[in-house]
Amino acid sequence: MSITVSFTLNGEPVSAEVDNHTLLVEMIRDQLGRTGTHIGCDTSQCGACVIHVDGRSVKSCTMLAVQAEGADVGTIEGVALNGKLHPMQEAFREYHGLQCGFCTPGMIMSALDLVQQNPDPSEQEIRQWLVGNLCRCTGYQNIVRAVRAGAQAMRS
Amino acid sequence: MTENGIGAAVRRKEDHRFITGQGQYTDDINRPNQLYAHIIRSPLPHARIRGIELKAALDMPGVVAVLTGKDMVDDGIGGLPCGWGVNNKDGSPMTEPGHPPLAADTVRYVGDQVAVVLADKRSIARDAAELVDIDYEELPAAASLSAASAEAAPAVWEEAPDNVCFDWEIGDAAATDEAFASAAHVSSIDIVNSRLIPNAIEPRVAIGEYDSGRDEYTLYTTSQNPHVIRMLMGAFVLSIPEHKLRIIAPDVGGGFGSKICHYAEEAIVTWASKRVNRPVKWTADRSESFMSDAHGRDHISHAELALSKDGDFLGLRVRTKANLGAYLSTFGPAVPTYLYATLLAGTYKTPAIYCEVKGMFTHSVPVDSYRGAGRPEACYLLERLVDRAARETGIDPLEIRRRNFIPRDGFPYQTPVLLEYDSGDYHACLDKCLELADYKGFEKRRAESAERGKLRGVGLSTYIEACGIAPSNVAGALGARAGLYESGTIRVNPTGSVTVLTGSHSHGQGHETTFAQLVTEALGVDFDNVDVVHGDTGKIPFGMGTYGSRSLAVGGMALMAALEKIKTKSRKIAAHLLEASEDDVEFVDGQLRVAGTDRTVSFGDVALAAYVPHNYPLDVLEPGLDETAFYDPKNWTFPAGCHICEVEIDPDTGVVEIDRFTAADDFGRIINPMIVEGQVHGGLTQGIGQALYEQCVYDDSGQLLTGSYMDYCMPKADNLPNFEVTTNTTLCTHNVLGVKGCGEAGTIGSTPAVINAVVDALSELGVNDVPIPATPERVWDAIRTAAHNRAVSA
Ligand code: FES
Ligand code: FES
Repeated sequence: MSITVSFTLNGEPVSAEVDNHTLLVEMIRDQLGRTGTHIGCDTSQCGACVIHVDGRSVKSCTMLAVQAEGADVGTIEGVALNGKLHPMQEAFREYHGLQCGFCTPGMIMSALDLVQQNPDPSEQEIRQWLVGNLCRCTGYQNIVRAVRAGAQAMRS
Repeated sequence: MTENGIGAAVRRKEDHRFITGQGQYTDDINRPNQLYAHIIRSPLPHARIRGIELKAALDMPGVVAVLTGKDMVDDGIGGLPCGWGVNNKDGSPMTEPGHPPLAADTVRYVGDQVAVVLADKRSIARDAAELVDIDYEELPAAASLSAASAEAAPAVWEEAPDNVCFDWEIGDAAATDEAFASAAHVSSIDIVNSRLIPNAIEPRVAIGEYDSGRDEYTLYTTSQNPHVIRMLMGAFVLSIPEHKLRIIAPDVGGGFGSKICHYAEEAIVTWASKRVNRPVKWTADRSESFMSDAHGRDHISHAELALSKDGDFLGLRVRTKANLGAYLSTFGPAVPTYLYATLLAGTYKTPAIYCEVKGMFTHSVPVDSYRGAGRPEACYLLERLVDRAARETGIDPLEIRRRNFIPRDGFPYQTPVLLEYDSGDYHACLDKCLELADYKGFEKRRAESAERGKLRGVGLSTYIEACGIAPSNVAGALGARAGLYESGTIRVNPTGSVTVLTGSHSHGQGHETTFAQLVTEALGVDFDNVDVVHGDTGKIPFGMGTYGSRSLAVGGMALMAALEKIKTKSRKIAAHLLEASEDDVEFVDGQLRVAGTDRTVSFGDVALAAYVPHNYPLDVLEPGLDETAFYDPKNWTFPAGCHICEVEIDPDTGVVEIDRFTAADDFGRIINPMIVEGQVHGGLTQGIGQALYEQCVYDDSGQLLTGSYMDYCMPKADNLPNFEVTTNTTLCTHNVLGVKGCGEAGTIGSTPAVINAVVDALSELGVNDVPIPATPERVWDAIRTAAHNRAVSA
C-alpha cells in the first residue's frame, strides 16, 4: 500500500510516496536521493544510518518512513551551513577520524547528539556513547579524539 | 621537505566529500530504469537441486525474470576462476573444481547462489524470492576442518574424496629433522587460528549495465582491484573482450581483503543486464555479507621448535590444515601457503624450517585474504610458540627473542623459506617499544592490580611481513596466474595542474593524499593542484589494485617512475626555453633552473610549452607532458616491528581488559605519518578483535551461527584502549623511496601480543594456553580448569 509521507529534511519540506513497510533510511536514500546516510547492517547495530529526528539521533534503518510524518529530520548533508563545515566535521578531518568514510556520517550525527546533551564529554563517555556505531577502519581512537575536539570547538 | 611533501602529516583530500555526505559509494549509484536483483541462496550446507519451480514468482507483478544456474549453463557462462595454483608435494597440481556463479545441480555451503530474481523494486524481488520453490535433496555436510578431515567425512567434491585440495610443503625436511635430533629442548604447541569475517562496514554492491547500441558492458562494483575483476570476469566467466567491459569501483567503504575476490554477484548482474536489457543492481544485506563475503584465517596447526641448551632456535617444524571453504576463491590457495609458511622464519635466524600445509575443502564460505592474509597466522603461531619456549626453558621472553633475532648486520638475510629480507633492525624496534610501553614499570603495575584482586599480564610479539608481493616472474613461478606490477600515469595539464592516474585503489587508505604528496615533492606543484584518479578501468591504465600493503611500495613506485620521466622531459623542454644544455637544468622548488645561474622557467611554463608548442624543439621532442610507467617490484618489502600488550583480568568473571597497547613499527620511509598511524590503529583493532572478540562459527550440521552483528562480536569503541604507536625506520633497499608498507602490520603483530599477555596473567594459576577469541567464558573456564587440575594433582 502506498502512502504519502511529508516532513522537513535539513530545513526543506519534502514528501514522497512510500510503501507502508519502507524504512526511513530507504526513503531518504532511494526516494529523496540523499545518499550521505548509509546502510551497513540489517540488525540495527552498525549506526551507519544515524540521522536526527526532532533533534535526537536515531537509527534511520529502525524507523518506518511513515513514522517520520511531520518530523524535523536532519542528515549529514544538512550539517555544513552555507558551505561552511561544522566544527565537528572539521574535527573529524583534523584528527583523521575517518578512513573509508562509510561510517563517518553516522558517527558525526551521533556525536552531535552526544555533545548536545553533554557539551564536555570525557573520553569514556564518548566511547560508551559510540558503542552503537561500528567502524572497521580507524580503531576508534581518532574518532574519539575528533569528537572531543569537536565538542570543545562547539563550546567556544 | 616541502610543506605538503614527503613526511608531512597532510590532512586528507578525500575527507571533504566523506564528512559532508558527498562520497559516492556503489550503492549511492542508481541507473535509469534499473532492476533490483535478489539472490536466492542455499539454506543448506550441502544438497542436490532436484528442481526449481519459478511460476509463482514469475507471476508476481513487478517481477521481470528469475534466472537460474541452468540459464547460465545454456548461455555458456564459465566458472569463477582461481588466480593462484598450488602444487602438491609430488609436483602434481591441486584439485581445482569448477565454481559456477549460480549453482546448477549441487549447493555446497549455506549462502551458495542458486537463482536470481529481477524486479522493479527491491521489496518485490525479495518477496518473489519467497515464492521460488526449490526442491533440495539434503546431503551430509562438513563445514569445519575437523569434520572435513574425519574418517568417512562427506566429500565436498567427488574429485577430492578426502577433501584435500592440496598437500603442499616448503623448506628442508631432512635438515629440520637433523636440527630436532640435536636439540636440547623441544617446545610444541597446538594452535587453532580462528575463522574470521572481514566485515567492511560497506556491504558489497554490484550494478551491471549493458549498452546494446555499443555492445558494451559496465559493472559498478565494490572492488579493491577493478582491472583484476575485468580480466577475470571478462576472460573466464562471461567471455566479454576487455575493450567492451568497463569496471568502476568508486568510493569503497573498506575492503580488508574481502573485496579483492571476483564474486559471483558481479558476473550475475553483468550477465543478467544483457539478458533483460536493463541495468541490474544488487546490494548485499549484512546477513548476506556474513554468508557470502570470503572469510579469513581458519587454520589448525601443530608446531615444534627445537632449541639448544642456551635457547638458540635450531629448527621449526609446522603442520597446518587450512580451511579453503567449498570453492577456491580468487587467491584462496595462496593465502595458507605462499603468504603464510614463507613467513615462519619471523624475525629470527632459525636455520632449518619445514612446513606442510593441507588445504581442505569444507562446506563453508570460500576462504581468502583477510587483512594480513597468511601472515597473521604465521606470526600468531610463531610468537605463541616462542613465548611457550621461553616459559619452558626459563629464559626471559625478551632475552630469547634478542638471542635469536637476525642481527642488525645480518641483511640481506636469506630465510630457509624462500624469502630474502632486505633490511630491518629488530633490536631497535624492540627497545623502542619497551621504552614506550614502560616495560620496566610492569611489575609495579602488576602488584597494584593484584591489590585490587586483578591479574595483570604483559605479552609481546615481534613480527615480520612480506608486502608488495614479488617480482612477477617469481610470483608466477610460485603459482600466481597474474602479474603483480602496478601502473601509474602523471598527466600534467596544460596550465600546470596534475592528474594522477593509478592502478592502486583506495578504500580508506588515503591514496588521494599520499600520492599527491609524492607529486608535490617531486615537481613542486601545489598540493591543491594535484588530483588522483583511481578505480575506473575506463580512465586508468591497466593496474593490479590494492592488497597486501602494496599501494605505496608498488603503485607509488610506478608513480615515482612516471614522475622521473616527466622530470626528464621537462628538463629537455626547459633547456630549449632557457637555451641551455639539458644536463645543466635542475629542478628547484617548482622551477627549472640553469645550475649556478638565476635563469629559471617555472614548471607551469614548461607544461604550457609542451601543450602549446610554439617555441618547442618539435624536431626532437613530442609535444605533451603525460607519462605512464609500469613498475614491477624487485623483491617483497619487509615491514617489521614489535607489539607489547598489557591486560588486566578479573578472575571472577574472566573479562580481559587491555590496559596498554604499544607498537613500534618499521615501515621504511613514511610519506604521511598521520595516515600511517591511522592504519596502525585500525590494524591493531582487527588483531585485537581476533584475540578477544570475533569468531565465525558453524554448527555441526554446517549452519552458520554467526550470521549477524548480534552473534559476531565486532570490536566497539568501549572495548579498546588508546594505542601508543611509534616507528623505527630502516629503509627498504630496493625501491627509490625506501618504503615498505603499513596496511596490515597492526593486524599481524597484535593477536599474539594480546594472547601472550593473557597467558602471562594466568600463568601463576597454571594456565599455559587460552584459545582465541579469549572470551570471558573461555578465560573463566581456563582458570577453573587449572584450579581443578591443581587440586587433583595436590
Ligand atoms: S544500517 Fe546498521 S544500524 Fe542502521
Ligand atoms: S572509516 Fe571505514 S568504517 Fe569507519
